[in-house]
Amino acid sequence: MLPSPFQFERPSTIADAVRAVGDSGDGMFYAGGTELLLALKMRVIRIDRLIDIKGIPGLDCIAVNGMNEIEIGARCTHRKISGDPVIREHVPALASLCAEVANIRVRNVGTIGGNLCFGEPHADPPTMLAALNARLVLEGSRGTREVYADDFIRSEMETVREPDELLRVIVFPRPAGPVTYRRFKHGERPSVNVAMAWSLNPGRSTITSARVRVGALGSRPQPLTIVEGALRNVAVAEARRAIETALPAALDQLEVNADRHGGADYKRHLAGVLLLRNADEAIIAGGSWPK
Amino acid sequence: MTQVLAISFSLNGKTIAVDVPAHVLLIDLIRDRLGLRGTKRSCDMEVCGACTVLLDGEPISSCTTLAVDVDRRAVTTIEGVTPPDGLSRIQEAFVLHGGLQCGFCTPGFIMAVTALLETTPHPTDAEIRHYLDGNLCRCTGYTKIFEAVKSLARRQDAA
Ligand SMILES: Cc1cc2nc3c(=O)[nH]c(=O)nc-3n(C[C@H](O)[C@H](O)[C@H](O)COP(=O)(O)OP(=O)(O)OC[C@H]3O[C@@H](n4cnc5c(N)ncnc54)[C@H](O)[C@@H]3O)c2cc1C
Ligand code: FES
Ligand code: FES
Repeated sequence: MLPSPFQFERPSTIADAVRAVGDSGDGMFYAGGTELLLALKMRVIRIDRLIDIKGIPGLDCIAVNGMNEIEIGARCTHRKISGDPVIREHVPALASLCAEVANIRVRNVGTIGGNLCFGEPHADPPTMLAALNARLVLEGSRGTREVYADDFIRSEMETVREPDELLRVIVFPRPAGPVTYRRFKHGERPSVNVAMAWSLNPGRSTITSARVRVGALGSRPQPLTIVEGALRNVAVAEARRAIETALPAALDQLEVNADRHGGADYKRHLAGVLLLRNADEAIIAGGSWPK
Repeated sequence: MTQVLAISFSLNGKTIAVDVPAHVLLIDLIRDRLGLRGTKRSCDMEVCGACTVLLDGEPISSCTTLAVDVDRRAVTTIEGVTPPDGLSRIQEAFVLHGGLQCGFCTPGFIMAVTALLETTPHPTDAEIRHYLDGNLCRCTGYTKIFEAVKSLARRQDAA
């Protein structure tokens, strides 16, 4: 099917792109188009203008900055992230995550920024980025602001981003321990996913803090705060037992939608299974951290 | 009002210039305007891979790509990888191994395999499965397609 006609603009700076979206009529940023074009073809979104951000230089950089943080430009494709040397070295779990998103064609053009801004609950990157405590840097007509990944998705298909705010870059501290991620899917997109990031003490024997996020069950990734509490200052070797003890209460707190991906109890159970597998992987990885 | 843009791109190695409305999809430009009908449309939602073409050597879904996005880039379709006097190595392997029946998915598979072998001449079994995961075939059950691709990886190893 063909989308309805629209005007197509190719700004070459962030400021011009922001201005173009703010102009009269409905304008939207356009990156890989893997979500947007589907919505336009199905006529569930109507727009007057597409603002192509692919011509703006600098939006597809990946680097470690001076604050020991990792920066990923919003326009980076899944393919680029999965093969990037910085990501493979410091956050290999994110590289593998991006290598498994969708299919080869979507990974070639679909961007991490487009994935986040679409706000689809059945997505992989939002869960991992929340576990990594990432910040999303937005550039709008009223200046720059940062939003934590945890606060970015408001509800299903809705984020806190204003229409004229461009997501420029995603920033998170370089992990100080193993990061693990697992998902289960039987269709195109994840039914349940779990990300866990540990910070270890210098001797690598103890977890100083842990962040655990479960995604795709509700409208946005949810923290497993009871598990996080149970892991604080726990010996790596004791991590599995600590999680097992905390798990029933933690899973009970999750908001779980029953949908075509499965019933609520089933998916809650899967979240526990994935978390324990992540733990087994992290325990082994922890002993050899950093590589 | 329909905005028409002038684009020029390489199509199967030949540079062409066309005027296209901004909202026209690449698959319609290729099939309807330029008459190359080897590229197929099936799901129309980036799931099946029947519409796969290469953009600068990488597979994309032409059903969900704007024609204006290929401006100043290189597009390769199934016509571009088919020798005038017969079949390519990859096409031959599909025939030999029974990797096609109705043939509707075949152009998409051939394009994906072309891109795979270009970057990874000796893919492992897992690499083949992972790369072709997003191309769907309703006829063959995939095993014969997999064997066709595997034969290419092997034959090169022996050479
Ligand atoms: C068949 C299929 C399978 C998929 N499977 C998975 C999966 O397994 N896991 C998963 O996580 N995802 C999956 N996806 C989703 C995929 O990850 C996204 O389609 C892709 O990353 C979106 O990026 P894009 O650049 O194409 O976004 P676009 O379609 O260009 O844009 C999406 C939205 O984001 C906005 N936008 C884009 N970039 C910016 C920016 N920098 N700043 C502000 N707004 C912006 C646009 O205005 C639009 O509203 C799948 C998609 C398809 C089609
Ligand atoms: S028709 Fe384009 S992917 Fe199915
Ligand atoms: S041969 Fe018929 S769909 Fe693949």
